[in-house]
Amino acid sequence: MSRLMAELNSRAMALGVPLSAHLDVTYRCNESCLHCYLPHDDRGEMNTAEIVGLLDQLADAGVFFLTISGGEPLLRPDLFEILAHARARTFNVKLKTNAILIRESEAERLFRLNIDSIQISIYSRRPEVHDAITKVKGSLERSIAAIRFLRFRGLKVTIADVLMRPNVDDFPGVQALAAELGAHFTMDPTITPHIEGDRSILQLNVASEDLKEVFHTPGLVGNLEEFCAPPVQVDDDVLDDVPCSAAHTLAYISPYGEVFPCVAFPLPSGNVRRQKFLDIWRDSTQLREVRSITARDLDGCSECGHVGSCTRCPGLAYMEGNMRGPSTADCEKSFARTGIPSRIR
Amino acid sequence: MTEKYIARSWAVAARMLGGEMMIMSADSTLFTLNRQATIIWNAADGVTPLREIVEREICGVFEVDPAVAYQDAEDLVRDLAGHGILILSGQPAVGRETAP
Repeated sequence: MSRLMAELNSRAMALGVPLSAHLDVTYRCNESCLHCYLPHDDRGEMNTAEIVGLLDQLADAGVFFLTISGGEPLLRPDLFEILAHARARTFNVKLKTNAILIRESEAERLFRLNIDSIQISIYSRRPEVHDAITKVKGSLERSIAAIRFLRFRGLKVTIADVLMRPNVDDFPGVQALAAELGAHFTMDPTITPHIEGDRSILQLNVASEDLKEVFHTPGLVGNLEEFCAPPVQVDDDVLDDVPCSAAHTLAYISPYGEVFPCVAFPLPSGNVRRQKFLDIWRDSTQLREVRSITARDLDGCSECGHVGSCTRCPGLAYMEGNMRGPSTADCEKSFARTGIPSRIR
Repeated sequence: MTEKYIARSWAVAARMLGGEMMIMSADSTLFTLNRQATIIWNAADGVTPLREIVEREICGVFEVDPAVAYQDAEDLVRDLAGHGILILSGQPAVGRETAP
């Protein structure tokens, strides 16, 4: 993060401004990924007018960085109308998509709207692996074709690779593919439990030994010494810090208008169909509770040597039953990075 | 003297935060504008001459020498135009490239 970005985040936190928002415009999808944490039926999505009104509220609340995602957002016929309004309200817009519905004309429209970047999930450069994860034959070929259209228009593309057991050996190929296509590459080994509670998909998490190997791959993690450094010294600054930006400078809104602290933190905190966004942001009991939690308040974690450098996710902890508890997948990550067991592990 | 006109670029993202404008240029460079620069940015409608903006919005509010204020404003808009976040023109410029 740049110094200026860090300054803006600090200022937004001090002012209580939601600098970033993630809006899923649908949970419907044209892929059926093995690891997906969402139900794909439509349970009453916000209509165009509701979303446009919400965007106005988000702009007035101070949201600058807006992520539009799903489900597959291009399944909404009004997506470009939504994006156009978002850009008219001068958001910095990032679109997350599987891109299989993006062809030349869609790439051209995204370019004309000055969309900041498009994030596309690619799980392998081998069709038999990628398509087996998405359960859509030909999906890799279509996603790659879309990336070429987007890059031809000069749009920034990030290839996001979720690492799981079926594709654990394939990330070097995806990284090379990203380089060939002129796209950024990001990899995440986090599998999220299903939003409705089913934890069986966590079986897809890569094995500990594989995670250790991934985290010690210099071409992937950058500066190895820095990435795998021992935990930072625990002091009052560490213990008084907040766990992450969720509910501090970040909000998530579902296709049904529900407000959560983050896309990975399904704590119901209000609904924009019943209240103004800003009223929820300022007054929600749930968001206030999340904001009140510092590292000092974390059960177990506050006494763990990793607390100052752990990637602990309060949303995953919430889904494990205690938002003040550990997210055990991150305990595993801390161990895989440093070789030092966490207190929880 | 030739008038200068300034318009906000449609390509950028912008939002006020604590009285200062945050701007992300099309190449994803992040800027913040101080209070006076924010005033000029907000007044950049493409049709109001820069001189009039400075006289009305800057000299009318701050105790500043008009010639110095105008020179500072010219430097500022030239800089912002160089980053593609303002469009600088010798004529009123309203069109596709400017923000609504």
